[in-house]
Amino acid sequence: MSLEILAVDDSRTMREMIRLALEPAGFTVHTADDGVHGVEVLEGKMPDAIITDINMPRMDGFEFISAVRTQDDHRATPILVLTTEAAPELKIRARTAGATGWIVKPFDPAKLIKALQMVAG
Amino acid sequence: MTDAPDPMAEIRGSFFIECEELLEAMQDGLQEIENGGSDSETINVVFRAVHSIKGGAGAFGLETLVRFAHRYETVMDAVRSGTLDVNTDILKLFFRCADHLSHLVRCSRDEDAFLEEQGRELIDLLNNSIGETEPADEPEVQIDFQPMGLNINLDLDMDGPDLSMDLDIPVFQIHFAPSAELFETGNEPFLILRTLQDLGPCEITCCTEKLVPLEQISPETPYLSWDIVLTANVDIDEILSAFEFVDGLCELKVDQQNISTLAPELSPLEVLPILEVLDVAPPSPLATVLPTPKPTPSAVKSVVRVDLDRIERLVNLVGELVINQAMLSQSLESAGLSPHSDAMNGLEEFQRLTRDIQDSVMMIRAQPVKSLFQRMSRIVRESSAAVNKDVRLDTEGDTTEVDKTVIERLADPLTHMIRNAVDHGLESTDQRTASGKPPQGKISLTAAHRSGRVVIDVSDDGGGINRPKVHQIAIDKGLVPADATLSDSEIDNLLFLPGFSTASEVSDLSGRGVGMDVVRTAIQGLGGRITITSQEGKGTTFSISLPLTLAVLDGMVVQVADETMVLPLNVVVETLTLTETNLDQVRPGLDVVRIRREFVPLFDLGVSLGYRSALDNYIDAVVLLIAHENNSRAALIVDEILDQRQVVIKGLDDSFYRAPGIAAATILGDGQIALILDPTDIIDQAQEISPVKRAS
Repeated sequence: MSLEILAVDDSRTMREMIRLALEPAGFTVHTADDGVHGVEVLEGKMPDAIITDINMPRMDGFEFISAVRTQDDHRATPILVLTTEAAPELKIRARTAGATGWIVKPFDPAKLIKALQMVAG
Repeated sequence: MTDAPDPMAEIRGSFFIECEELLEAMQDGLQEIENGGSDSETINVVFRAVHSIKGGAGAFGLETLVRFAHRYETVMDAVRSGTLDVNTDILKLFFRCADHLSHLVRCSRDEDAFLEEQGRELIDLLNNSIGETEPADEPEVQIDFQPMGLNINLDLDMDGPDLSMDLDIPVFQIHFAPSAELFETGNEPFLILRTLQDLGPCEITCCTEKLVPLEQISPETPYLSWDIVLTANVDIDEILSAFEFVDGLCELKVDQQNISTLAPELSPLEVLPILEVLDVAPPSPLATVLPTPKPTPSAVKSVVRVDLDRIERLVNLVGELVINQAMLSQSLESAGLSPHSDAMNGLEEFQRLTRDIQDSVMMIRAQPVKSLFQRMSRIVRESSAAVNKDVRLDTEGDTTEVDKTVIERLADPLTHMIRNAVDHGLESTDQRTASGKPPQGKISLTAAHRSGRVVIDVSDDGGGINRPKVHQIAIDKGLVPADATLSDSEIDNLLFLPGFSTASEVSDLSGRGVGMDVVRTAIQGLGGRITITSQEGKGTTFSISLPLTLAVLDGMVVQVADETMVLPLNVVVETLTLTETNLDQVRPGLDVVRIRREFVPLFDLGVSLGYRSALDNYIDAVVLLIAHENNSRAALIVDEILDQRQVVIKGLDDSFYRAPGIAAATILGDGQIALILDPTDIIDQAQEISPVKRAS
């Protein structure tokens, strides 16, 4: 099944890595550069899952997740946090904001795909 | 990842490009903090830059880079969260760390060796600044679930030959009851159950006993739970990983048992009904107090990354176009078309467009000098620390754009000049105080566009050139005759002579055996000029003037001994004709031309290049007055001036012997190949032999 993914990360390298990991596996990948951009890109789209970084300019990952969850269309959209951080308090913050799962960078493409399939089908 | 090595290499390459941008943003941020104009966002920007570098570096397994960035980031985070105040020392440390980070990035990219000593020292300093004594950078945990207390009861009897294989497969009993939060975070029980099914055959029972009558159902309360019997040859961790994201958001029990103890009467349930039931229990609502996203206007810059090769190709093609256009123009002219004919008018328009295209293409290659200037601020910090001087670098005109190649090739000479300025240009702090100057020395680096060229000035507010000393050194080294009387500017220009070094004691900073002559050669190699002005007690300024691009040249086409040659127009100051009155001889073998009461040495280009021997009579010969880099002048005799036009520079590659005085070649409008001359080089060569000798 082809899943549509929105990946939000301020690092171009990371966006490209995500794309490289997912596109060969048949995913459709949209990208955004930060939270604000992510909200814009999300408009009118119904991605099967969202991947987001935490540390980003303008709107960070926590704010982005909260913003996505306020939209009725995306209340149940799985959101995976993909970050270098591993601190438990940050994870709790992300979960409180509505994050579905947490993956620590650097990620293994197979694991990311598996996680996406696990949360999004 | 391994099955696609090419895209990875590409991403790796683009990671390092991104790193350069991040390092630039980091430098900018630190600079802003130093200047006192920062807010909380500034430190965030710096933090994020380091953070992104760390993230990318991790993806490529650049351990050293990750470790250092992590430490740096940790301290930065302390500043961000307000537990550490930024003072001068911390800022200095941050600058040094920024430099080290740049170093690590570049070494990682070029696979060079790291300065490990420096890295260790900085990591220690970073740890000290936040009161940590031991490096706390444990490798980060990849997956983060807590192992659960399990009753693993492997009751396997491998010896029994009659045991069927089924008995070897462990059986797990799982109880799974989601809470409301599980749905709020976008998790989905059905998918978790499916993940379990992927592990092995599952018998799933849906427990509906908590289900209330339909009219009492709250759509956002979970009522269902599941019992799963999974028969799979897997590790218990694999089962738990299916529940990784919902840990704490559900009731979960996993027990392992041997297949023989499994109750056989469990009736398997289809998964499909579960899906239907799930549809009845949609995710619960989220608190509506969550802030709506601010409608910030998108400030995303639209940038396209293009391979440099493609631009080179475009530049070359445009070059061909210019040549082609010139050829067309010439053939139309020789066909006898009136200059007012439609064809000629059209051609003129064509010429204008060609030139516009050429300018636009050149613009693509142009880059602001900012990155270069930032590197110099690092050089200033490093070198001022090495000689124990307090030095500030002011930059101006960071946004001035110059051809990328020019910027790249300017880095080395500029580095050397900056080191010189710190080491020799500026006085020691004591001397400065004694002469009533502020103790902090100032070096300024400015760039500006001036009449089609880029001018970069490196100035210091030091003591100026010590001319008597310079003069004496030049005499001692036999560079000038002991009795020569030199003007101030001539003495200043002695610095550019090969083998000249002023420092009485060679410092380990700039005394590397590289003199200003190397700098000048490098600048000249870029088609540029370097000049020096100095005022005693006030400081010294080196001024570099560069062409905007290395691909085209405004040239003067001349004829010498039946050869067509091109001279860079920017060195030709004026043209004149030799007459009886302005031609003079200072001493036998040194002919000069008198121009406005100044004697200018005269050289015959044809002789200098070895095309012919000296002529009997130079009266009425055409002379080009050439401006030398050091403000001195020379006059070159040519046979005829043919044209003045833009030519496309075609490099003479290594297959040609590097002939002195020849810089490059070009193709003229008629398809003829002409050499582009380097007049300075020619004059230098000729001066060593001798100026014009009149056959007598």
